[in-house]
Formats: sequence, C-alpha cells, structure tokens
Amino acid sequence: MKETKIKTRDLTLYYGAKMALNSISLDIPENEVTAFIGPSGCGKSTFLRTLNRMNDLIPTVRITGEVLVDTLNIYDKQIDVVNLRKKVGMVFQKSNPFTKSIFENVAYGPRINGINHKGQLGEIVENSLKKAFIWDEVKDRLHDSAMGLSGGQQQRMCIARTLAVEPEIILMDEPASALDPISTAKIEELIFELKKNYTIVIVTHNMQQAARVSDLTAFFYLGELIEYGKTKKIFTTPDKKHTEEYITGRFG
Amino acid sequence: MDNNAGHNRFVFTRDSLKKKFRLSEFLSEKIITGVAFLSIAIIVLIFFFVFRETLPIFHQKKEAAKVENVVKPEKYGSDANAGKTNSSGQEQYGVTTKDTMMIENKTPAEDTVVHGSDEATLKSLAGTQWLPVSDRPRYGLIPLFVGTLKITLIAMLFAAPIAILAALFSAAFAPYWLRELLKPAIELLAGFPSVVIGFFALMVMATFFQNIFGYDGRLNAFVGGVAMALAAIPIIFTITEDALTAIPHTYTEASLALGATRWQTALFVTLPAATPGIFAAILLGIGRVFGETMIALMATGNAALSSINPFESVRTLAATIGAEMAEVVFGDTHYSVLFLIGSMLFVFTFSLNALAEFYVKGKLVKRFQGKQS
Amino acid sequence: MSRKRDITGGLFIGVTAFSALLIIAVIVILLVVIIIGGKGTFSWEFLTSFPQDGMMKGGIFPAIYGTVFLVLIMSIAAVPFGTITAIYLTEYASEKSILAQSIRFAVRTLATVPSIIFGLFGLGFFIKFVGGGMDNLFLGGQLKWGQPSILWASLTMALLTLPVVIVSVEEAIRTVPREMREASLALGATKWETILRIVLPGSRSGIMTGTILAVSRGAGEVAPILFTGAAYYLATLPTSLSDQFMNLGYHIYIMATQSANVDKTLPIQFATTMVLLLLTFTLNLTAVIIRARLRRKTK
Repeated sequence: MKETKIKTRDLTLYYGAKMALNSISLDIPENEVTAFIGPSGCGKSTFLRTLNRMNDLIPTVRITGEVLVDTLNIYDKQIDVVNLRKKVGMVFQKSNPFTKSIFENVAYGPRINGINHKGQLGEIVENSLKKAFIWDEVKDRLHDSAMGLSGGQQQRMCIARTLAVEPEIILMDEPASALDPISTAKIEELIFELKKNYTIVIVTHNMQQAARVSDLTAFFYLGELIEYGKTKKIFTTPDKKHTEEYITGRFG
Repeated sequence: MDNNAGHNRFVFTRDSLKKKFRLSEFLSEKIITGVAFLSIAIIVLIFFFVFRETLPIFHQKKEAAKVENVVKPEKYGSDANAGKTNSSGQEQYGVTTKDTMMIENKTPAEDTVVHGSDEATLKSLAGTQWLPVSDRPRYGLIPLFVGTLKITLIAMLFAAPIAILAALFSAAFAPYWLRELLKPAIELLAGFPSVVIGFFALMVMATFFQNIFGYDGRLNAFVGGVAMALAAIPIIFTITEDALTAIPHTYTEASLALGATRWQTALFVTLPAATPGIFAAILLGIGRVFGETMIALMATGNAALSSINPFESVRTLAATIGAEMAEVVFGDTHYSVLFLIGSMLFVFTFSLNALAEFYVKGKLVKRFQGKQS
Repeated sequence: MSRKRDITGGLFIGVTAFSALLIIAVIVILLVVIIIGGKGTFSWEFLTSFPQDGMMKGGIFPAIYGTVFLVLIMSIAAVPFGTITAIYLTEYASEKSILAQSIRFAVRTLATVPSIIFGLFGLGFFIKFVGGGMDNLFLGGQLKWGQPSILWASLTMALLTLPVVIVSVEEAIRTVPREMREASLALGATKWETILRIVLPGSRSGIMTGTILAVSRGAGEVAPILFTGAAYYLATLPTSLSDQFMNLGYHIYIMATQSANVDKTLPIQFATTMVLLLLTFTLNLTAVIIRARLRRKTK
C-alpha cells in the first residue's frame, strides 16, 4: 500500500452563498492514478482545483477544511501559492498552448525558475517532450508555433510543459475529452507510464476511461463524495446503490 | 513517516513553501494602480486649473490689482503686446484708476462696463457686446452663446437625420459585407483632422454655398454648421449603429413573425427600441459641435453677432478662446474671461456626457427589464 | 395594399441607403478636392525644404519636423501611461470596485473634453504652474519653462490622446484567453510574470493600434497647441524641449486665415492640407486594418 500523498479533511467550498463541495475527506496515495467521476456539475473539477489552489483566482470562493500534501496544509496562510503550483501541476480540459514556439512553451516554466542557459533549457525541453511521448513528432520543428500542432499533440505538449517544472503531483482535468480516440489512447498510455514517477489525479466524465486508467476512483454527486475505493471494486461491486446507478448509466 | 534514511523525501515542507515576498510583484501592483489612478487625478486637475484662472473675476478689485503688479514682465503671446503689460496695460484692462473712474461715471449707460471694476465685469458678461479689445472692454457672452447655438442647431439639423438614417441602413438593411465596409469608412471620416474639414469648408464649401444661395457673407453660420455636421456625423452614426445592433434578435423576430416586413420592423420596432441610444448619440454629437474650435475659427466668419439669420457670421465660444488666447495678457480680465468661457464649455460637455450615460443606462436597463415601455 | 407597402418600404430603404451613400460621397469629394488642389505643388522637394518668401514659395519641412517631434514626445508619454492604465483595468481591478468605475468614468470624460480645454489646461497647469514653478525653483525666476514650448504642447496632446490608447490596449488585452493566463499561473508563474510574458506580448496589436490612432490624432489636432507652443514661422528647427515648433495643422490654419497673398499661398495651402490629410488617413487606415485582423482572429 502506497503512502498517502494528498489528504483532504472536511474540505468545504462555497461560491458566494452556494455550497459547491460538502465536507470532502479522502486520501490520495502517491504514484497511483486516482480518478474522480460523476455527472456534470457534481464538483469533481472544483475539487480538483482545490488541490493546486486554482480556485483562489475566483474572488467569491470561500474554503474551509484542510488539504494536506505530505502532511503540510497547503491552505495555511504561510504558504506560497506560486511555488506550490510548481509542485502540483495541472493539465486542462482544452489544451491551452501559448502562442509561442513549441520550445518556448515547454521552456516557459524553467525560464520562470531562472534557468536561461540555452543548453540547460534544451536538455529540459527534450526530456520533457520525451516523457510526454511526443519528442519524435516535434523534434524537427521545435521552433515552429505550437498552434500548428493537432489537438492531441497540443495536449501532450501541454503535459510536457507541466513536466518541465518537475512537479510531484499532476492534476488532469478531463485531459482527453476534446480528443479523438487515437489521441485519447496515446494520453492514457502516457498516464500509465507517468504514474511510476508522479502522483496523478484525473477528472473524467468517461467512465470507461476511469476504469481503464485509474487505480482508485472517487464518485462525486452534487458536491458530495459518495464513494471512494479501488477502481476494480467501484466498477464491479460498489457499496452504494447511487454509485451503482451511475455506473450502470441509470442517470448521468 | 520517514522511510528513506538520511534524506527527507518530502518536498512539501513548511520551509520549502514558505510565503515569499516578491518585490517585483509588490512594486508592479503598486505602480500600476498608482498610474491608473492618475487618470482620475487628471480630470480633477483640469477642473481645478481651468477654474482657477477664472477666479480673478470674482475676487476683490484690490486683489486683482495686486495680481497685476506681481506678474513678471515676461509676456505671453505675440510681441505686439509688449508694451501693454506694464502701466499702460494695467490701465487698459485691469485696474481702476481714479481718473478713468470719474470719466466713466459721467456717462453711464445700460450695457457699458464701468471700466476695470470686477462687479462690472461680471455684469457685462450678460451683455450683448463682445468687445474685449477696446478702450472700454465689454465681455458680453450672449453673442457667443447665440453663435454657438446657431452653429449647433444647423449642424444637428443636417447631421442627426443623415447619420441616424445611415446607421439604420447599416444595421438593418445593408448586407454584411457592406456593413463591414461602411463602419470603417465612417471611422475614417472621424479621423479627418478638424483643421482639414475647416479648410475644406473655407475654400470649397463656402464658395459652393454662396453660389447656390447668393448671400453676401461668404463665411457664416450656415457654412460653419454644415462643416460641423461632418465632424458630428461619425459620432452619431457609430453610437446609433451600436444601439440598433444591440436590440435583441427576439424583438425583430417577433415582429417579422407577426407578418411585418423588414423595413416596417426596422422603422417601427428597432428604431423606437433604440431611442435611448439615439438620444445619447445626439447628445454626444451636440457636445462635439459645441466644443469644436478649428472649424469654427475657419468657417464661421468670426464676428460676434447675435441674429437669427443663418447666413450671417457668428463667433462661437470655443473659437473665441482659440482666437484670442494667444494675444491676451496673462492674468488680466480678458484672460480670466476666456478661462471662464472654457470652464463653462467644460462643465457643459461634462454634464452632457454624464446625462447621456446615466440616462441611457437607466432607460435602457429599465426598458429591457420591462419596467417601462 | 401590399403593393403600396412595398413601395413605401422600398422608398424608405432607399432613403437610408442614400444617407449612407451621401456620407461616403462627402468623404470621397473631400479627399479628391484636396488631392487635386495639392498635387501640383506636392513633391519631394516640397516636403524637405524650408518655406521662403513669406510662405509663398518653398516647402513645409519645418512643419513636418515639428509635427513629428511633437507626436514622438506625445507617444513616449501617452503610450506607457495608457497601457499601464489598461493593464490595471483588465488585470488588477475588480469590475465592481469604486476605483475601477471611477477610472473608467474619468477616461470616458477625458474622451469628450473639447480639445480647446486641453489647451487651456496646458496653459494654466503645464506652462504656468509646472513651468513657472520650474523656473522659480531651478532657474531663479529666469524665463525658460514657463512659456509655450514643444514639451508642454506634447504633454497636453498626450492627455488628449490617452483615452484612445487605453481603449485600444484594453480591447487587445481582453482577447488574450483566460485559459492562457490559467496555464501560466498553473505552471508557477506570478501575476506580474504572466502579464509580462503572456498578456502583453499577446496584446501587441492593440498597443500598436492605440499608438497609431494616438499619433494620428496628435498630428491633426490644432486647438490644444494654439497657445501652448505652435508657431507660424520659426527660423530654426526646435532643438530643445523648451523651444517652440512649427506644425502642419497650425500652419494650415494660419495660412488659410491670415496669409497676406492668398493667390500665391493657395497652392501651398492645398498641398499642406493634402499632406496632413494623407498622413492621418494612412495612419487611421493602418489601425483599422490591424484592428479588423485582430477581431477576426478572436472570432
């Protein structure tokens, strides 16, 4: 059994007066893939964003409870959010490359961290693109605009971009939902490889994907955590009736 | 919790993620906010400094005299005024001396200024003669107001219908490609410097209209007004067009579904619905014409006459400032009166703008919320 | 009955189309007349030589030089100021805050102030207050800064064109997608780093458009410089910020209204007007094209 990387305790989130997350407590182990599933609007993406404090960007958000990463509460007043985000990376639903070259996209993070030496940057960019299974496809056009890549390639480049800052945890918000089946398969293959060295948390509305890719699954509904356990169990013999109904497609 | 001996595997520690003070973040935020705040400061400063120069009119007579004496000998304006700053200038413009007082009192008349005294200056502002450069300066603002109003009226009579109809064409009848051509074209008209329009009016339009109407004075309110219309049309067009295209499609669709034609919908549904916006457009057009200087200087004849006849020369408020400020002596009454005119212009356009904004916002919001028709 | 409606309708649409056509016709006529009147005198020599014989001969080089000098200093003042204000309004201000709304109101007000008022402000504030103050503090009362000069005229013009810059830059900043900002922040960049590396480069076209439009207005407006620094005839080109300067628009105004020999100067008047008109027209056209391309990109 792996060590716990992230542990949330009674995490509650309000958008103004509306409660979006109700007292979520769960433990996410390191170097495994944990999936969040549930119908749209259930709060799974919101919860994901609490893990790297991206919800801080919304002024009406209020959070109570704790999010402990390696036993450190990341919502502590003394925590530097900017550095936190270097350690907890995020890949978004729709790929969002910068309007720069592929090289500059991936080098963005390291540059911010003060690395400006061409050789060093080149090495980091190459390694990151390799880890993201896209090096061969772009190695001859590193200085072309990233906007010229296909959707699937852009998403893998965004993953490489995140890897370049050497996070420990990678959060993925429906990373393949905008992609065709072949690109999706590539991403899933990538996730399988990445979990050896990173803790992955993935939000997906595609149950089959969750079943394929994850080790643990959490089912959310209307801001509450309904059930959480090993993926195999959730998808074959879930404890809660609600979970079973969602899995079998009674609602969604 | 420590598995690997001798090496703390935790990256997420209180130390490594301690809140960092970033000077560049702090400075950039403070500086950016400060610079943005300056725009408010500028408006306040404009208010303050323009009004400040009008104060001598309202001050005690004696204080005005003091101001004259303290003024440094450097002149402001052309060398023709060189002699006038000193004692001769003071006699002419600012200070009452015993002798002149006596002479004046011998022949009092309704609208003559008791030369030099400031209550008289204030009184003369309501007079009908604008003669600031004379032995007995008169600062009657009425002819300037009349001139400005005449020009504005004529300009709006031409500009408003043309611009509004053209905007209606663009918003309701023109095919997409034509609309996308029309808008930039009118924007380009907005970019014509007013001195160029003034030149065009002076050289070409004046002769053209004189040939048509056969009046005497080549430069008059009519020519100036029509030229001003050229400057006002882009504003009225743009705002009206925005107002018309902002009408929700549901309005037009409802009308068409009831069997009305496109033009009936445009005229009886879209146009009335856009009334607040059109009203604002007209207000802003008026504001533009009211404050326009170069066209007035070049095309209106620059004679401060008050008459109904549109074919007579006029002098507008803005043109007065433009024409006379360069020749005026710093600090004297004429100077202060010009600043007074400027203050009035400023307040007027400011109010017009505020009215257009609040009225339009209020009415538009109410209308689309169904609180009024 | 329906026939009558159709005729009325056709007439009505015709009237609106005519109005639109009328405006275009006037624009075209104005352009054509000025160009025809000026092209005879227009030449490279005209642009590069000094006026002679009391403006009856020669060229308008000092007016061009003065105008360029003016808009240069004006841009140095207005573009950073306007860009920073636009950044504040889009990136730092919360829309509902009083400060943000006041700034927007101030900017809108600034946009509708008559240009002559800016001239008055330039006189009362820049020349008399700031300039006079500078003379008292640094030069012991000697007259250098407390009089009309290209510095004060440029700063006055900068205030006038500020709203143009702010609006253009703001429009461009808003086209940078929120997702790109999020991506930057999620990688551990700070707000300012994101603005510097992602938002500003992404707003380049808006900054360009704003600058071009500001330059066009600065080159064409005359009222603000009537008594803050423009002069009709100067023997030498301005070399320091405290010098007065010649200016295309001012030149046209004085020549057209006060020149002694209208026949002789008329061709030069037309040619000068043509130069100014074509200059501002080209600048505006360029800005319009850039802006159209920007809008198409976001669609």
